[in-house]
Amino acid sequence: MEILAKTRGITKEFSSVRVLQDISIEIRKGEIFGIIGENGAGKSTFIKILSGIYEPTSGSLEFDGKTVEFSGPAEARRAGVSLIPQEFNLVADLCVYENIFLGAEPRRPSGLLDKKRMIARTRELLAELEATSVDPEARIQDLSVARKQMVEIAKAIAFDSKLLILDEPTTVLTGHEIAILFALMERLKAKGVSLVYISHKLKEVKRICDRIMVLRDGEFICLEETASLDIAEMARRMVGRDLSQIFPAKAPGRAETAFKVEGLSSPGAIENVNFEIRAGEIVGFSGLIGAGRTETAETIMGIRKASSGKVTLDGVELSVNKPADAVRAGLSYLSEDRQGSGILTSFPVNANVTLVSLAEYARPLIDFKKELERTRYYVDQFEVKAPSLDSRLENLSGGNQQKISLAKSIDTKPRVLIVDEPTRGVDVKAKSDIYAFIRKLADEGLAVMFISSELEEIIGMCTRVVVMKEGRVVGQVEGDRINEEDIMYLATGITGGL
Amino acid sequence: MQIPILNVKLKSENALSFIALAVLFAVSSIASPYFLQVQNILNILKQVSFSGIIALGMAFIIISGGIDLSVGSMTAFIGALCVLAVNKIGDGPAAVFGAFAVGLAVGAAAGFFNGIVITKGRVAPFIVTLGTLAIFRSLTLYIGNAGQFISESAVYGDFGMSYVLGVPTAVWIFFFLAFLLSVLLNRTRFGRYVCAVGSNEKVAKYSAIDVDRVRLATYVITGMMVGVSAVLLSSRMNSVNSSNTAVSFELDAIAAVVIGGTPMKGGRGTIWGVVVGAVILGIINNMLNMLSVSAYLQGTVKGLVIIAAVFIQRGSSKSDSRA
Repeated sequence: MEILAKTRGITKEFSSVRVLQDISIEIRKGEIFGIIGENGAGKSTFIKILSGIYEPTSGSLEFDGKTVEFSGPAEARRAGVSLIPQEFNLVADLCVYENIFLGAEPRRPSGLLDKKRMIARTRELLAELEATSVDPEARIQDLSVARKQMVEIAKAIAFDSKLLILDEPTTVLTGHEIAILFALMERLKAKGVSLVYISHKLKEVKRICDRIMVLRDGEFICLEETASLDIAEMARRMVGRDLSQIFPAKAPGRAETAFKVEGLSSPGAIENVNFEIRAGEIVGFSGLIGAGRTETAETIMGIRKASSGKVTLDGVELSVNKPADAVRAGLSYLSEDRQGSGILTSFPVNANVTLVSLAEYARPLIDFKKELERTRYYVDQFEVKAPSLDSRLENLSGGNQQKISLAKSIDTKPRVLIVDEPTRGVDVKAKSDIYAFIRKLADEGLAVMFISSELEEIIGMCTRVVVMKEGRVVGQVEGDRINEEDIMYLATGITGGL
Repeated sequence: MQIPILNVKLKSENALSFIALAVLFAVSSIASPYFLQVQNILNILKQVSFSGIIALGMAFIIISGGIDLSVGSMTAFIGALCVLAVNKIGDGPAAVFGAFAVGLAVGAAAGFFNGIVITKGRVAPFIVTLGTLAIFRSLTLYIGNAGQFISESAVYGDFGMSYVLGVPTAVWIFFFLAFLLSVLLNRTRFGRYVCAVGSNEKVAKYSAIDVDRVRLATYVITGMMVGVSAVLLSSRMNSVNSSNTAVSFELDAIAAVVIGGTPMKGGRGTIWGVVVGAVILGIINNMLNMLSVSAYLQGTVKGLVIIAAVFIQRGSSKSDSRA
């Protein structure tokens, strides 16, 4: 088996804190190399060193038989290493072909850009990826997330990458899109390209990777053939202990209907949405990306204008024109986009926790003592790891930020909690913590609207699942029918699913 | 870093401006023996209080992610109206109260106009206030026939030159407003919301904050600060010159905010930093005068200081990011 890349004792320290310790591994030619680990395990640091973004504090890197020291991502890319980051590096205002050749534009003898050649080459690249539905002249901002990802990959192979690193590529994709991505990865592998694949979704790792490396707290735990690891074993090695029960026990809701939505419409987003949630019940919302689940939540919360419909809580009809009305009425929303619309990364922990509920602390001067007490309560309750109560949120890991985001949405003491992708991008331990909190909140009598694209958690958490498609509710499943097959059938209209 | 007298806990970003002030103070007292005299210090404080008061409001706008370029010509416009009002009211203490009433009311209205076009009209703050910069100056020139507005009230002029406990009234008002606005920024919901809006407008919106109302309020507050400053300025001269008064005050106000450690992209900032920023500018002007540097060159120095301040902030806010 030929070796493409080799690391020797790679160690990385940030201001003398060791985040990666003595990693020595080999990546073979034409293999898919999985890396798993909890948040903060050092996965991202490791691939940033591979792709030239960071320099290792000590240790060396060998690529294609030569010892290399990349001075930056551009040099790594020239050598044949491309990173597809979680947040894409595409310029939204430029076209697909302009992005692919950004910084390496071919020119005509006159010195002007050779637009024709760029478009033709882009078309070739996209054809190679079997992504011909992407128009080379479309603007990036008009493309779906899955297509943007295709463009990123096209950009990487345009530079003849020998090693393609994918960081959490499936987080934002639907089941169908994941299938397309995996098929593409297999084709690249068949051509002899090596791929490094990072994901929290162990099932996918198990399915696509040839070998899997497990990292924990910056240390190498193991590197094994995929066949010899099952999912429970992967999780156990990641966490370092048994995670026998990720999901808390389910419980049915109470008898009375707490929250009812009737005929809710918002032009261009959702149409005639109906559902109800009983007190103490966790109702899942499933569907493909763009099925209208987030839009439903935003309309309920007054972030989007409703054109018609009725929302009632405990039998009282609510009049919601703006988010403040919804909060006052007892509704709360945990946004799917943590950094974009959920938390303020430059604000300290305490100011994030009380951002929505601030009125309770201000009369009219803010009672800092009370605010800190409350923050301490959540930090203890949720086992948040933070340097201090007033450290900025950007210093916390993704999982801890998400816990603070959840604390913020329940500090208003809501009756109805809408969580949208509550565990996106967080590790196994934080996930199981978050599931437990949501269950506890439901047990206390909250009605929970649980929106998620991860079927596993929908199935693990909910006693009833509402399935949406193209802005409408297309069905509901309960009991035994809460399974992948039935939900995907409703969501796509196709039997089988992924 | 803790400054016991002010009881302000310093964050790293405005620690820099406090250090700059201390260094400047030390250098100036060595460069000129006259610098440390009480009269000179009071003069500097008085000089900076006019644009400094405006800068206090400007800080709210910049922290919330906006900008107001119209404050200079707004000062002249409101000052002119105040003088007209004083002349209507006649001599006596009522003239001063009347001027404050007019200043605050017209200031609030002018700020409201800026704010409402920015929030409801969805026009960029830079463009709206660039427009009103031209409008307020032009209205002042038109009403005054491009000449002077001269007050006929002796009481008004006396008020402008008055001292309380040996300190100019304008300085008292500057520090009182700084205290008031620093409480507003640090200890109230509104202040927290201003930072939230500037930090990430979308997060603020999703957190049930009425973003438009917060932004509108920052312009109204600034308008009222302009109103106060207009009264102090016009009473001190007992007149307003329609073409010269308060020209480039917007530059001084924005500079004070930036030098005080508030980033132009908003999201955070401190009021005491603004006061320090204003005083730094005042000391620099004072030193240039004492060292008899041409008045025409002073703008160059001011410009360089602003650029340097932002450059240093940029350097100090760089941090090692990691996954």
